[in-house]
Amino acid sequence: MSQSGSSRLPALLARHEDELLADWVAEQTAPGAPGAKRVREAELREQCREFLRLVREAAQSEGAQRLKGTPWDKVRAMLNDLARSRGTQGASPSETATFIFSLKRPLFSKLRAELGGDAGAFAEATWTATEMLDELGLYTTEVHQQAREDVINRQQQEMLELSTPVVKLWDGILALPLIGTLDSARTQVAMESLLQALVDTGSSVAIVDITGVPTVDTLTAQHLLKTVTAARLMGADCLISGIRPQIAQTIVHLGLDLGQVTTKSTMADAFKLALKKTGASIDRPAGRS
Amino acid sequence: MDRIPILRMGPYLLVTVQVDMHDRLAMALQDDLTTQIDRTGASGVLIDISSLDMVDSFIGRMLSDIAAMGRVLDAETVVVGMRPAVAITLVELGLSLEGIRTALNVERGMEILRAGTDAARDADREFVDRDRDAD
Repeated sequence: MSQSGSSRLPALLARHEDELLADWVAEQTAPGAPGAKRVREAELREQCREFLRLVREAAQSEGAQRLKGTPWDKVRAMLNDLARSRGTQGASPSETATFIFSLKRPLFSKLRAELGGDAGAFAEATWTATEMLDELGLYTTEVHQQAREDVINRQQQEMLELSTPVVKLWDGILALPLIGTLDSARTQVAMESLLQALVDTGSSVAIVDITGVPTVDTLTAQHLLKTVTAARLMGADCLISGIRPQIAQTIVHLGLDLGQVTTKSTMADAFKLALKKTGASIDRPAGRS
Repeated sequence: MDRIPILRMGPYLLVTVQVDMHDRLAMALQDDLTTQIDRTGASGVLIDISSLDMVDSFIGRMLSDIAAMGRVLDAETVVVGMRPAVAITLVELGLSLEGIRTALNVERGMEILRAGTDAARDADREFVDRDRDAD
């Protein structure tokens, strides 16, 4: 009875480790190979050696046929690190996957040298190796993608927080200048950071300035009203400023009732009112106009 | 059964809610508070809910009710220290606690109560003066 493909692989890897390693590295550093210049050769050699060792160990252990199983965890962990580090260096997914796929040519030539006479065994071994390498190659692509997505998510979160700064205008007076289109997620973040800032600074008046908001629809207006109500529940006054003529028209046309909300056309007017509410005042020095 | 302590501070009553309010506790508080307002003749009630992580619609209603009952008994109610998350939840529930005065912290709440009492005293004096003039 002939050996099965999967049990033949570790022996082959052990026997030809040095040659495989040399061929594989040569394959990746050859001029014209994708990402050839990205990793130093010594580092690449070390990574390749590590990979071969881990694959050999994994292929030897029980249940090695199931590539998703525990024996392959170490291999996957190594590829995870590799794909992430290359991703941050700016490698494309295909460059990262080529690390795995470029092993095929050296490995298959070794297989052919050993099993060339037995076409059936050769085909079977080739199939097993292909299956394994494809799976691992795809895994690196997935990790690469995931790493990129993490970056995008983080940036999205940062943008949300950066785009809604809470500014302290005076003792007890905060301002929230909103710029850009207000969607639910942004309004939610803005509302939370404003309310938290009210608690943290003990401010009793907040000015929400919407000069930089191009359009206000019913949903946005509703969010604004919620913010005002929540601030009132916490014991702070909330003024809305910077309502542009078009927005005022929209609000009336939509039939929205801003009834109990104090609105001012400019932030300066709102600030004046806020000063009055907190009992502070700014005087112009005499002799100046 | 646990009870929420009601402290007396001059002409005001101070209630600090430190535990999560369940419905029966809220009802007991409502009972105790109205009794105390009546007995002490307090002119203001300060309810500090800064330790509350969540307020459901029942507690929200109860706060409204306490404020209304207080008003009937001639005591003003100020709710202080509501957390942002709680405020957002209440707004999402559609409760705006109309008729309740709010303040950011106990200190501000006290200021509101004092201002209210002072105004009331001024009004009283005016009333008395007018009476005297009429005599």
